[in-house]
Amino acid sequence: MSAKDIEFLLDGRQVTARAGETIWQAAQRHGREIPHLCWMDAPGYCADGNCRACMVEIGKERVLAASCVRKPTPGMEVRAESARAVKARAMVMELLVADQPPREVAHDRNSRFWLWARELGVGESRFPRRKPAEIPAADVSHSAMTVQLDACIHCNLCVRACREVQVNDVIGMAHRGSEEKIVFDFDDPMGESSCVACGECVQACPTGALMPSSLVDADGAGARESEKQVASVCPYCGVGCQISYHLRGNEIAWVDGRGGPANENRLCVKGRFGFDYVAHPERLLHPLVRREDAPPKQSLTANPDRALLDVHFRRASWEEALTAACGGLRRLREAHGGEGLAGFGSAKCSNEEAYLFQKLIRAGFGSNNVDHCTRLCHASSVAALMETLGTGAVTAPFTAALESDVIIVIGANPTENHPVAATYFKQAAKRGARLIVMDPRGQALSRHAAHMVRFRPGSDVALLNAMMHVIVEEELYDADYIRDHTEGFAALRSHVRAYDPERMGKVCGVEPSLIRAVAREYATAKAGIIFWGMGISQHVHGTDNARCLIALALMTGHTGRPGTGLHPLRGQNNVQGASDAGLIPMFFPDYRRLADGSARERLETLWGARLDETPGLSVVEVMDGIHAGKIRGMYIMGENPAMSDPDLAHAREALASLEHLVVQDIFPTESSLFADVILPASAWPEKEGTVTNTNRQVQLGRKALPLPGEAREDWRITQDIARGLGLDWRYESPADVFREMKQAMPSLDHISWERLQRESSVTYPCSGDELPGDDIIFSEAFPTKDGRGRFVPAAIVPPDEMPDAEYPMILTTGRQLEHWHTGAMTRRARHLDALEPAPCASMAPQDLSRLGVAPGERIRIATRRGVIELAARADDAISEGMLFVPFAYVEAAANLLTNPALDPFGKIPEFKFCAARVEPVTAPSAAA
Amino acid sequence: MRDSAERKENGAPRRPRRFPKGRQVDARARAEVVALLGDAPRSREFLIEYLHLIQDKHHCISAAHLAALAAEMKLAQAEVYEVATFYHHFDVLKEGETPPPPLTVRVCESLSCALAGGDEMARRLEERLDARQARVVRAPCMGLCDGAPAVMLGQRPMPAASVEEVVALAAAGKAAAGKAAAGDAEAEIPVAPSLGEYRGGGGYRVLEACRNGKRSVEDIMTALSDASLRGMGGAGFPAGRKWSFVRAEAKPRYLVINADEGEPGTFKDRFYLRCKPHQFLEGMLIAAWAVEAEAAYVYLRDEYPDARRLLEREIRVLEAEGLCAEGFIRLRRGAGAYICGEESAMLESIEGKRGLPRHRPPFAAQVGLFSRPTLIHNVETVSWIPLILEKGAQWFAEQGADGRAGLRSYSVSGRVRSPGVCVAPAGISAEGLIERCGGMAEGHRFKGYLPGGASGGILPASLGHLALDFGALDEYGCLVGSHAVVILSDQDDMAAVARNLLDFFKKESCGQCTPCRLGCEKALELMEADKWDQPLLEELSQVMRDASICGLGQAAPNPIDSVRRHFAEEIS
Repeated sequence: MSAKDIEFLLDGRQVTARAGETIWQAAQRHGREIPHLCWMDAPGYCADGNCRACMVEIGKERVLAASCVRKPTPGMEVRAESARAVKARAMVMELLVADQPPREVAHDRNSRFWLWARELGVGESRFPRRKPAEIPAADVSHSAMTVQLDACIHCNLCVRACREVQVNDVIGMAHRGSEEKIVFDFDDPMGESSCVACGECVQACPTGALMPSSLVDADGAGARESEKQVASVCPYCGVGCQISYHLRGNEIAWVDGRGGPANENRLCVKGRFGFDYVAHPERLLHPLVRREDAPPKQSLTANPDRALLDVHFRRASWEEALTAACGGLRRLREAHGGEGLAGFGSAKCSNEEAYLFQKLIRAGFGSNNVDHCTRLCHASSVAALMETLGTGAVTAPFTAALESDVIIVIGANPTENHPVAATYFKQAAKRGARLIVMDPRGQALSRHAAHMVRFRPGSDVALLNAMMHVIVEEELYDADYIRDHTEGFAALRSHVRAYDPERMGKVCGVEPSLIRAVAREYATAKAGIIFWGMGISQHVHGTDNARCLIALALMTGHTGRPGTGLHPLRGQNNVQGASDAGLIPMFFPDYRRLADGSARERLETLWGARLDETPGLSVVEVMDGIHAGKIRGMYIMGENPAMSDPDLAHAREALASLEHLVVQDIFPTESSLFADVILPASAWPEKEGTVTNTNRQVQLGRKALPLPGEAREDWRITQDIARGLGLDWRYESPADVFREMKQAMPSLDHISWERLQRESSVTYPCSGDELPGDDIIFSEAFPTKDGRGRFVPAAIVPPDEMPDAEYPMILTTGRQLEHWHTGAMTRRARHLDALEPAPCASMAPQDLSRLGVAPGERIRIATRRGVIELAARADDAISEGMLFVPFAYVEAAANLLTNPALDPFGKIPEFKFCAARVEPVTAPSAAA
Repeated sequence: MRDSAERKENGAPRRPRRFPKGRQVDARARAEVVALLGDAPRSREFLIEYLHLIQDKHHCISAAHLAALAAEMKLAQAEVYEVATFYHHFDVLKEGETPPPPLTVRVCESLSCALAGGDEMARRLEERLDARQARVVRAPCMGLCDGAPAVMLGQRPMPAASVEEVVALAAAGKAAAGKAAAGDAEAEIPVAPSLGEYRGGGGYRVLEACRNGKRSVEDIMTALSDASLRGMGGAGFPAGRKWSFVRAEAKPRYLVINADEGEPGTFKDRFYLRCKPHQFLEGMLIAAWAVEAEAAYVYLRDEYPDARRLLEREIRVLEAEGLCAEGFIRLRRGAGAYICGEESAMLESIEGKRGLPRHRPPFAAQVGLFSRPTLIHNVETVSWIPLILEKGAQWFAEQGADGRAGLRSYSVSGRVRSPGVCVAPAGISAEGLIERCGGMAEGHRFKGYLPGGASGGILPASLGHLALDFGALDEYGCLVGSHAVVILSDQDDMAAVARNLLDFFKKESCGQCTPCRLGCEKALELMEADKWDQPLLEELSQVMRDASICGLGQAAPNPIDSVRRHFAEEIS
């Protein structure tokens, strides 16, 4: 018993409550679960005390108390079993049962409501049922969720789910008394509201009034019934939400959020409703080889429809396909050496798969020509972090925002791209933290922001240097921290003197007073933290942008303490892990330099192969290498460069001209059309493996479904290819691979497979088998040679392609909440597809009306590299002169337009800025 | 401007949304809202004030304006919608809905007015008024029970008006030049002693004595305690004790005046506000001084536009005269919600939220307005303070009858000849009040009475001699509450009276907790039967008392129990 514990009497028994515990929680810990409906014992849900199903009698108090709200005091006499309390609880239930749809036709026969009704012995109600005219009708306007408020008991859990947990603020309790009603926005149909379909309300609803639509029949009846649950982790973004698959036979009936460190039961629309892609009819079930009579690859348009697939490919056995795949690669290796081959792995695959893939390229192909989509997202951030702090990962998890008082989110749109991470930022802002959002585009977070700084695209360095100028000028920096932990401040200080807010304000289109205000707030914060996304990294000056952010944190001492840090929000579910595992051309696993002789020798011993020390080609460089005739063959696992690379016409031409291309994927992707051999691979729920999220949390994904058709796990296919290339690989399982990885990667010390099976998630670095990993790192020193963080001054570099008279607009690209990357999975997920079924370009309403285009009408966007046609969306969040196009849609592929100019350090293309021209499409185009 | 992605049906091409998800903010509506708000702060606490601005100007709140207001205040649409629809005085209009006519005529349907033919009044007005110009809304008690049946024409209280007078005034409003809509019908400012007159009679001397150190807080708290001044809002909590609770908490602290008397049959605070504004304001400022309040909020019910206009004017005068700092007194306008008279619901409402009572503990003295320690007083309570401090605690304490202390302001209505506010000794009986009100109304015989508005239960005439004071009626299952006494006669059907009261509670329940929300609704249905299901009602009544969050639900079954106990023959 600790000093703060409180002893009280529960039905005559002496019990102890911990500090802050309610009567309900203390009773629960003592094995007595008091009935409850509006109280949910889960993180983020406060007690509301409205249902009155948990009433208890206390001492001589005149009325009963809600045990979920009331906290015990020393010696308090609580009677949960008194006749009054029992009666009250039962009658509350009886009042509610009166208006419920009968259990036989309940929306959720297994609801917590009916469970408690049974527990309390309330089957029927003596109270009159409400009149038919007063029974709310069902709302089936949303694809993923069914709203049937006839079962609503006004417990407000959905309101708390939407407002306090996810902070999407869509659901309200409107009107009053018996007219009270759950509403979306202004009592709009859910499907027309601002609902982002995170489904938190569905997970919280105790009655079935809110249900996944997949679980109710045409009459609205259903049940949350599953045969089996499998704990895993979400395959979409870098947040790394833990999930539970609820299985019926070999089908995922629904998915719930699980209590992982990064999500505490929360999910977004993709993680909750985006899993039916695994059973999509277009899944690749058999190996395919290019037909002998196939038309030339150069004739291909990129749209992989079934008919086209049949023209180019025929079904083959695994034996034939692997022979063809390996034969081609072997021939090219023999003829041109390892440097004639390249491999793209995937941040969608597991750590074990990434590790094996890079090992295959390095040990089997014999070159470092291995890369993956990190090159397209945060390569510049990693370059800057490596250079200045000696790390390739975040210094603090995003949940640290809850302990910050000033939070900067720059060049990121987390409510769309990292929705669950965004919930923590919104919660922090709700609790009083100052949120500073900096982005050329407006976004959902701005409503929660103390400052929304909308700056001119590409002017990041000007803005950030101006902030540093203010901090230096007003001496708001942390001199002690700078002295003890950094080097190069003097040079930076003199560098930023030239960047006064008055002049820079004109460059970035921000009031100098606002620049000063945000600089002061961040510098003088008790705990400041910076989050950034691809608005920072995807520029030719992406590394400079990140250098500025790092310098801001170093000069103010905002790292290494709770609530402080630098956090690039990583994109893919396993982009951190894949990079850590060495799936990049300039580093071995754990970011060991290729030129580091001892590291290389250790790996050569471990792998039994000679390793090249020349850095390999990066993603865009590989495409140029193909055009230059240097790269002749490729093995692509789960990447889709025919959609994700900049200047797609160029990239697709490159793929088409390869002498030999092996593509391994779960769907016929745009890239696979150019393949010679297509190997059917595994979807995430069909295999086991670890992934590492943006918080450095290594998490275990578990197998829930059998592989369809003849599909194989990706790591097995990579092993098959390795064996075909003469490597004697004999891994039996991902656990085998993981054990070897640990030998190559000290960062995984104290993180064993068994521990992951037990704990599901362990953060690296970790200093003991029994110890939790370190969330906040670099409190004492940075992993640089001298332990100091480095200031690297950055000068203004303009975007590569500035708007001009011919191409006057600025085009920027990115993702949408509902669609993952090139859409291979999400466009084949029914609900995600229903929510965002077709491409559109977002523009300022003023620009649209100037063009004479009504929202929804088609426009044509042209750049120096290509032309697409798509619908226009009027969006106030877009500044005039700008265009935003998501890159998930093959029928209007944004990357046909983008500029392949690279950041010199991170080799990342400038997806966030190119010059474009827009015009109305007057006649229906032939391509539409 | 709301749409959703077009679903694939019949192989038709699918289209993406034309706008981002949800309702878009209309630029014109935004400009109109910005013009209305001007430079006023955009913080949440002003939400209800701004909803009033829109409602007053447009006679309704369109979805476009509401969305614009949400954007302007950086609130979610659901947040503003749930607040706007909670309060009866806001007409929220969805796209495509017909706006209400410019003039709203509210006719009281609460008990005193129902007895006086309010329903008939409403029906005849519906027939006579031009539906394009005016609508009739049946509304709960508006504190005009001494002029029953009460009518509010726009914002103009019309006690004891005839149908003809109302129709004529509505038509005049329509015809009035320069006023496009008769909804501008405004309350006349009541005639009350001015600041000069009040000071001439010695007013504000006590406050000045306090402020210049001639009187100490301790002295004053002792005086209030010796005078036995109790909270006149209904709870009767000793006033001075509240001060010591609040003073024990850390600053900043607030004072909030509950001027939202909505208990049917209660109109005594209206009397103080209209007739003795400076006595009230001085009492309030003394209380604020005593707890060193950061600011004094006055939460005034929207049914008292006349008092509001008077107070607005007199507060400006006070500020101009330097008697209080500018902005120290913050007048907040209710919006038609009885529940906001419940003190914690009132705090929520002042914070710009729905009026949902809070759980206790913690109490407002510790965690009150904006989570700060807060002293809450009723209008009448503070109005007595200057008099007590001037005339002495002894003087006040000696005023009681039947061994009780102090004076009370009884609101007497119903079947008496001259209804009105009776300032009488605490402990006077219903019979005594009938006598003071000129006896029973012509042709009526005393049959029973409500000792404390809708919440206080019903007593038979045979108990008309009981002392009316806090705690005195406990053994009869009744309470005096706000001292609203409604006299009933042989012409009144007690089951119907009880139904009227339950109907009021059903409509005014905030809906938060199950026993109250569903209890009122189901009880009312059970009471529609000629013969009540008494065992079930008895069980329900107990659970509503035991398990409701606030006094509304806990007291709502009082009429049921009273009729069962004292008028059983009428329901079996």
